[in-house]
Amino acid sequence: MVKTQIDTQYEAVIGLEVHAQLKTASKIFCGCSTKFGAGPNSQTCPICLGMPGVLPVLNRRVLEMAVKTGLALHCKISPYSRFARKNYFYPDLPKGYQISQYELPLCEQGYLETAVNGRIKRIGIHRAHMEEDAGKNLHEGLEAASHVDLNRAGVPLLEIVSEPDIRSIDEAVAYLKTLRDILVYLDVCDGNMEEGSLRCEPNLSLRPVGQKEFGTRVELKNINSFRFVQKAMEYELRRQEKVLREGGRIAQETRLWNTEKEITVVMRSKEEAHDYRYFPEPDLVPLMIPEDLIEEVRNGLPELPDAKRERFVREYEIPIYDAEVLTISKDLAHYFEACVAIYPQPKTVSNWIMTELLRELNNSGQEIADCPIPPERFAGLLKLIEDGTISGKIAKTVFEEMYRTGRSPEEIVKEKGLVQISDAGAIEVLIEDVLAAHPNERESYRQGKTQLLGFFVGQVMKRSQGKANPGKVNELLKKKLSA
Amino acid sequence: MDPTQLTIHELHGQLKNHKTTSRALTRLILDRIKSVEPKIHAYTTVTPEAAMAQAEAADQWLQSGRPAHPLTGIPIALKDNLCTQGIRTTCSSKILENFIPPYNATVVRRLNEAGAVFIGKTNMDEFAMGSSTENSAFGLTANPWDVSRIPGGSSGGSAAAVAADACISALGSDTGGSIRQPAAMCGVVGLKPTYGRVSRYGLVAFASSLDQIGPIAKNVTDCALMMNAISGHDSYDSTSAEIPVPDFARALDRNLTGMRIGIPKEYFIDGMDSEVLHAVKEAIRVMEKLGAKTQDVFLPHTEYAIATYYILATAEASSNLARYDGVKYGHRAKPTKDLLEMYMKTRQDGFGPEVKRRIMLGTYALSSGYYDAYYRKAQCVRTLIKSDFDEAFKQVDLIVTPTAPTAAFKIGEKTQDPLQMYLSDIFTISVNIAGIPALSMPCGFTKAGLPIGLQIMGRPFAEETILHAAYAFEQATEWHKRKPNI
Repeated sequence: MVKTQIDTQYEAVIGLEVHAQLKTASKIFCGCSTKFGAGPNSQTCPICLGMPGVLPVLNRRVLEMAVKTGLALHCKISPYSRFARKNYFYPDLPKGYQISQYELPLCEQGYLETAVNGRIKRIGIHRAHMEEDAGKNLHEGLEAASHVDLNRAGVPLLEIVSEPDIRSIDEAVAYLKTLRDILVYLDVCDGNMEEGSLRCEPNLSLRPVGQKEFGTRVELKNINSFRFVQKAMEYELRRQEKVLREGGRIAQETRLWNTEKEITVVMRSKEEAHDYRYFPEPDLVPLMIPEDLIEEVRNGLPELPDAKRERFVREYEIPIYDAEVLTISKDLAHYFEACVAIYPQPKTVSNWIMTELLRELNNSGQEIADCPIPPERFAGLLKLIEDGTISGKIAKTVFEEMYRTGRSPEEIVKEKGLVQISDAGAIEVLIEDVLAAHPNERESYRQGKTQLLGFFVGQVMKRSQGKANPGKVNELLKKKLSA
Repeated sequence: MDPTQLTIHELHGQLKNHKTTSRALTRLILDRIKSVEPKIHAYTTVTPEAAMAQAEAADQWLQSGRPAHPLTGIPIALKDNLCTQGIRTTCSSKILENFIPPYNATVVRRLNEAGAVFIGKTNMDEFAMGSSTENSAFGLTANPWDVSRIPGGSSGGSAAAVAADACISALGSDTGGSIRQPAAMCGVVGLKPTYGRVSRYGLVAFASSLDQIGPIAKNVTDCALMMNAISGHDSYDSTSAEIPVPDFARALDRNLTGMRIGIPKEYFIDGMDSEVLHAVKEAIRVMEKLGAKTQDVFLPHTEYAIATYYILATAEASSNLARYDGVKYGHRAKPTKDLLEMYMKTRQDGFGPEVKRRIMLGTYALSSGYYDAYYRKAQCVRTLIKSDFDEAFKQVDLIVTPTAPTAAFKIGEKTQDPLQMYLSDIFTISVNIAGIPALSMPCGFTKAGLPIGLQIMGRPFAEETILHAAYAFEQATEWHKRKPNI
């Protein structure tokens, strides 16, 4: 059900096409570098320039990464697969066709699981196939001319097409995030959306709630940043709802997202759709993928976010939400497990990571890999709380100091004299001072206003600069007040 | 004897023994070109300076006494669809009139390493589409045996140059008969190797699943020597086979005892030229005398070959020729008001009528709604044609047929009727569809003095068997010794 903006009368049906740039050093069909940001056309050769007479040769790493991703997405890896030509004219497409896959793609019938509002949703993967990227047309700063940069032409992509199983924008966003996590986990894509390493083309339709048939779908293109995916989908669903509400019909078309105006506009109608005249690529032999290669890749797969999440819930008995957060990145999950290994109280560790650590990382804009607190010290801090050396409140201050300076908790506690006061005599001295300073409140308490206990505890804690053991303070105060 | 009339192996002996030099030979060839080119126009580009420089280097090598490749110092012509670094490669098309490749085709690199001397680029039907070399943007090539006739095509320039001694040997390409048919028309030997035997890297593609580079030579031995130099797997061509390459020259043997030769009745059709029929039947008798056993074989899907070919080849061509869009290299129409007009005018001006016809046919065959009826159906028939050959080759080692239904026809005779032109490849096309090797060699002459071609087909990667039979036949006959009077 669509929750945001859309009236509950309609239900959204969304499918996502994601292009992930595979992290190979060289291009898919030639030896040119794939590095981002080099001077225009500096990373080209006769092959990726589409010179007459050249032939493509498949980069083996592309196939391995594609198989790896397919397996991680629970896809069937086709034992026999082949490339096809997608024919169309555009200046950034040097051969006049893109080498892609059409019939017989490499990966089919998979799925991905993602947590949406605390529930696990399974979204089908229709197919995933290898293809080459096109170049880039440059118009800026050129009067009455356009230039073409072919550095990107021939960069390997994996196109991952979901089933139309997505029913809300929240689900779409969750799917994209999880997919990105998986690709980064697998080390097959850097996940960098700003540089275009990950691009998304959604197709969306609405249907009355309860109706089985899908409505007419619209494809969105030109969403060149992940930030805009959500906005573009929200706009498009609102637009479609308005049309339907006013009794209109949705036209089957491709629409372009306009980043400046934040609207979608018609690019081409169904009638104007390209006829790509796909046919098997005769310059590349069909791919026979031996079972042992698939097994080899399967055995080399790292534990994936969803498996890890399930294991965390099972093994550490933490809530799904915690497990979801902790498995967002491989490094964070690793950090959690390293801490738990030293301090085996998973929920406490999880709480501290999710609140204190993630806040500090977020504030400083750092990744977990840059965290100045090694797991031993993180666990050490939690031990200091457990054995009563410091209070939880003091521990937060110590944590901030640890993050800032990278020093050990013991050192900080010792230097700043933050050791918790548990000695009854010392606490009693503080209590005496507080009671003497607040005779009226003491009187009220005696007359039955026992809720003032909290006030006294607060005052004692304040006087101890937070160092007094709160449990002890409570116990001794009660005794003293009722004496 | 005039050295230009000699073969590779004869000249190799002279060069090795310092009886002549590559420079002298190259100069003679350049002179010969000067004298015959006005009559036949076999070349689009002749490169005297580069050739002389290569000849000089070859001579130094030969002088040094180091072991020389049989091709060292030998003047070779290259069909103008083979990319040559720094030398324009036009495909006889206006659209590539000024295209200078930044790289060498693999076959060019291999010949270079063997020390061959490149004399020039030969004329062809534009993008190898044609059977008469009349579809060249730079003028037609005439047959050295009768300059009022076509030399065959599309490698007409290579075949005419070899026949006219305007080079010692040449490379052509064969998509539907483009090596064999002109070899037949010009009375020389041409071999289309098995698909995958020779790297296609640097061959400007016409129909990728059918194209294959091969030699056009004065005799069978030269053909084998050229094959030795150009064959073998290439990491730049995924479709080149990782199959060991034998020494083809060692396969040459005069004895055909035990060789089983199939005669397919589908290739001896009604209305076929009687002189061609007679010459081929006579050739079969010669082979029998040499010890071969002949028998009938059946290739029942032969009648669908031309239709299948013109769907598959044009479909691939429509895609292969999309890159000539005026954006990166080659001809660009100007001035134009927008991108679409630039594309349209560039291709309108740049391509000749036959190329446009095939692009349109191929585009149509691949279009949504027609793909299944045409392209997919043609692929199915392709499988049937291939299995016809598989079946036949269970019974025989070779299949012998005429190369073309007639000898060379008159210039202009078929240009108004594309279908008649397509039919001149009727005996050569199935070989490309099946991917098998086949050779054409002279087996007689018409009363008018025009050469007649004999085609010998073999199993995949059995070029040795073909060359063996061809050599035996050649040694038993005198046809290859005749020279055109030009």
